Amino acid sequence: MDGIHDLGGVENMGGVQLPERDEPVFHEPWEGRIFAIGALCQTRLTGANLDAFRHAIDRTPPDEYLALPYYNRWLRMAETLLTETGVLAPGAIDARVRARRGEAVEEPPAPEPNRPDYKPAGPGSLRQVDDPPRFAVGQRVRTVDLHTSGHTRLPRYVRRREGTVERVQPAMVLPDTNAHFIAENPQHVYSVRFDSTELWGPEAEPFSTRIDLYESYLEAV
Amino acid sequence: MAMQTESLTPAMRTEALEEILTERGLVDPKVLAGLIRNFEENIGPMNGARVVAKAWVDPDFRARLLEDGAAAAAELGYKGAQGEHIVVLENSDRVHNVVVCTLCSCYPWPLLGLPPAWYKDPAYRARVVREPRTVLAEFGLELGDEVEIRVWDSLAEVRYLVLPQRPAGTEGLGEEELAGLVTRDAMVGIATVEAPGR
Repeated sequence: MDGIHDLGGVENMGGVQLPERDEPVFHEPWEGRIFAIGALCQTRLTGANLDAFRHAIDRTPPDEYLALPYYNRWLRMAETLLTETGVLAPGAIDARVRARRGEAVEEPPAPEPNRPDYKPAGPGSLRQVDDPPRFAVGQRVRTVDLHTSGHTRLPRYVRRREGTVERVQPAMVLPDTNAHFIAENPQHVYSVRFDSTELWGPEAEPFSTRIDLYESYLEAV
Repeated sequence: MAMQTESLTPAMRTEALEEILTERGLVDPKVLAGLIRNFEENIGPMNGARVVAKAWVDPDFRARLLEDGAAAAAELGYKGAQGEHIVVLENSDRVHNVVVCTLCSCYPWPLLGLPPAWYKDPAYRARVVREPRTVLAEFGLELGDEVEIRVWDSLAEVRYLVLPQRPAGTEGLGEEELAGLVTRDAMVGIATVEAPGR
């Protein structure tokens, strides 16, 4: 999805936020609460998975994504996943806040659950696949030109770029299909090295970036 | 409607959500408290610091760590969600590694805990893959031109830990004292480890 979350290379973002000395894990109590609820939302509460969880965070409205605290995205994610799986009715949270404040608000009844009919093949994201890796260390590869309204882990800044395979990582569940409960589609992952000039043009600072990319994001050059 | 929604803060909405889920028996506040406490007390950069210190004093462990980060970390008891496959990146006089997740905030939880605010901040995520030398200088890390910068964008389920250089002048220190010098920021790659008294 070409959304606000896809930030690599975006300009005019201002200075970096400097590290806070002795930063607490959670800055306010609600951040810890929504972290814990969010962790349960991924699987136990909704039957979803890590990739669906990320896709829900990616759909945070852009103004909120950039302006509100980080854990607001977890709140949005929880609301999205819980609503889509029929645990919560749309608007249930806002209605409850108002009711708690004494407003005469009728809360929507709990809907019929609509959990995905989808089970992981195993714990976590690592999988064994029978096919050998299509690409080898040292091989030149090009990323595909992918634009989808669904989930993907191929960011905009690296599409249609040439790089060199530096490491072959284990096979992993493909987020693009797993997020939508279509299939795990496990495939090899490659750490691909891109020169800064390939990504940002001849005036770029000299450096290189390694990006972990799924096999179907790549083609041989 | 828009104005009304704006007045509902994330804190208020989180409290309401927890109340609804608790009433319906879907979450247990005690379980939530336990999860929070675990990340506040047991899972954090002190774990990664012990891994780094051990790698500095024990060449065999260092070799195992660079070969298979997750297996070596598990020897010290550090494993779990977001740590299934860990790759350790060794800094040297010539190479400096720095880690980011441009799409979200992927981070090696078992070794470093939950990420700090600067790591999740949009400016860091946007800029470190485009102008890392400038970004590192903003953090106060000035690298010479002879140092090659390698940025790692962790977009699959590989989690990275930077193995910083052991500072000069720490030859007499034991593993535990060394671990006390290793910072979270050095294990992500926006800082170096300093010898005590500097």
